[in-house]
Amino acid sequence: MFASLFSKEKWQRYIKSLKFALYCTTHPIDGFWDLTHERRGTYAAANTILFLTILTRILRLRYTSFIFIQVYWEDLNILTYVASILIPLGLFVVGNWALTTLFDGKGRLGQVYMATCYALTPYILINVPLMIFSNFITTEEAQFYSVVGMIALIWVAFIGILGMSQVHEYSFGKNILFLVATVFAMLVMIFLLMLFFSMISQGVAYFVSIAKELLYRM
Amino acid sequence: MKKLFVRIGAMALASAVLAGSVSLSSYAVDRSYSYNYDYWGDVQDSPDFYEPCKTFTWKDLNLDKKISNPQGLTADGDFLYLCDSGNNRIIKMKRNTRESLEVVEIYDHFNGKSSDNTFNTPTDLAISEDGNIFIADKGNARIVKVDKDFNYLMEFGKPNDSSIDKDLAFAPTKLVVDTAERVYAVAAGINKGLLKYESDGTFTNFHGAPPASYNFVDYIWKKFASQEQLMKMESFVPTEYSNCYINEDGFIYAVAGSVAEEDLKGSTVQNVRLLNLLGSDILVRNGVYYDGKYPVYGDLYMGSGGGMTGPSQFIDVTSFPNEVFVCLDKNRGRLFSYDNQGRLLFCCGGNGNMDGYFRNPIALDHIGYDIYVLDQLDCAITVFTLTNFGELVFTAMEDFDAGRYNESLESWNQVIKYDGNYDLAYIGIGRAYLRQKEYKTAMEYFKLKYDAENYSKAYRQYRKIWVEENIVVIVIVLLVLFLVPMIIGKIKSIKYEFATADIFKV
Repeated sequence: MFASLFSKEKWQRYIKSLKFALYCTTHPIDGFWDLTHERRGTYAAANTILFLTILTRILRLRYTSFIFIQVYWEDLNILTYVASILIPLGLFVVGNWALTTLFDGKGRLGQVYMATCYALTPYILINVPLMIFSNFITTEEAQFYSVVGMIALIWVAFIGILGMSQVHEYSFGKNILFLVATVFAMLVMIFLLMLFFSMISQGVAYFVSIAKELLYRM
Repeated sequence: MKKLFVRIGAMALASAVLAGSVSLSSYAVDRSYSYNYDYWGDVQDSPDFYEPCKTFTWKDLNLDKKISNPQGLTADGDFLYLCDSGNNRIIKMKRNTRESLEVVEIYDHFNGKSSDNTFNTPTDLAISEDGNIFIADKGNARIVKVDKDFNYLMEFGKPNDSSIDKDLAFAPTKLVVDTAERVYAVAAGINKGLLKYESDGTFTNFHGAPPASYNFVDYIWKKFASQEQLMKMESFVPTEYSNCYINEDGFIYAVAGSVAEEDLKGSTVQNVRLLNLLGSDILVRNGVYYDGKYPVYGDLYMGSGGGMTGPSQFIDVTSFPNEVFVCLDKNRGRLFSYDNQGRLLFCCGGNGNMDGYFRNPIALDHIGYDIYVLDQLDCAITVFTLTNFGELVFTAMEDFDAGRYNESLESWNQVIKYDGNYDLAYIGIGRAYLRQKEYKTAMEYFKLKYDAENYSKAYRQYRKIWVEENIVVIVIVLLVLFLVPMIIGKIKSIKYEFATADIFKV
């Protein structure tokens, strides 16, 4: 298992696939086509990008100037915070795959995940410098910060949408339709999960109370 | 194992469903008498800013009978006028020292008019610069103007205006009078603003009408309601003022009592307004707050506790020459004080029977920096005096306004020794340093209390100086950044030319 860590070839492929993320940000249609069809992306690189995105989101809480982000540290739970990124992402990937696979989508679950992660690249590329930059500006120049921050999000959404159409080999209209449908799929999943967990906890609570009652009686 | 499973699931769901976790910190029982809200809207215990000094009942004042249902309290110089509404009389008192009030005169009627010269539930009075006294004679539906010896001058009746319901009994409750002896009055059941009378007694207009408040759901509902349903539903009415106070510059502080929580939180309605001559709200709301500007509406926490719920219901307001104003909350029996930038200075008080607590506070006024609060149920006047802490804060503010930044800085530093959670002190120190051009230190203090605007002011200067000092380094670095790649490129191209030149080819 660890042998692969020392294989020069693997490392080269990993680095190359990471660099390919940069290509995808500027040439989304071409890039995302090659990502899956030419096997130029790797899971390792996708994981790395996701990890860096989460890292950026955490770091910006601390290192962005207080002018833009004020954090109530007493209430911040780092696990919840990370989950607030991972869970919507996971729901999106699963929901999108579950729907598209029924309607001629060519992408497999892993490929959807990979494309989604690769689409996050501009977020890191823009937000890390922006985070540093924020410490050198005043409230009057705050517009720059918010506009650039907005550009990052729009860019991610843009290449994300294009990426999905390439992965599934969908036309533009069909792709948009299924992205909207994915949002509903996510809501349905959240509903089912809530139902599931509340029933489980009710069930557990039932047996716990029976046990307690028994203990009192004995 | 199952528990772990449930826990993980619950955590995941909590994060997915809730955007931000909402946790209400439990209201501890052992709160200090005074407190303050910080940048995050959290309650911070604080040393007392004002402390109750003495309470005066009818016995302390050597009155012949018990004060009954008092409504109004007005200070004028060293004199204090109490509207003993239940006994239909006005009591004039002189303040000898802080701890003694001496009854000078009791007025149960006025001279110069043979009939109809008694009071019926007088609720408030105001004194003009010329010494004439204006009394809101609520039960007799009039405002009486008398001179300083209670000789009748004139009276103001119900305005003859088409916008006022003809069947409505005129009941003036509170009033103020400006330097030109124009009268601004609050009357029960009139919600279009303060009634403004010219000095000759003619009603001119409504002053400072509060904007109508309505919520969106009601609005939609009305669109579909039938005629009968509409009749039953309350119409969208503007909020009624409960009291007002005129300061030395002729601006009127007007407070509203019953205001809905969601209107306050949505800033559609303000329960404290500062009216200029045109009647528009010019109250500055500039305090730093995590969610926009610091709200000037009393308690930020509106949950239930001790049987009280909902927002603060201001019943009276007064302001000092240093533009600090104090509002009296009827709901929780508290005093709230803000400075001229709308930043909270202190909150104190509560409902109860101890000194400094109230059962039904109804009016307040001040002599010097001492605050007199009248309790309707206790039928007593409580005098509050500044503590050392309060004096320090006031001195620091006044020194700053007078341009004595060093002294201001010292006072604020002492304030921090009393109360390390006093946000205004940090910002005050920062502002003093900013004026002394110590930008770096000022920035640190502003950053501590999230004052972005002042921080930016300091930072802009700091950045400017830094750039001016390091301009040589900056130019060199920029040159290097541009030149080095250029030179490298040049060398490479020369090398390339050498390598491909024809002469070297064999």
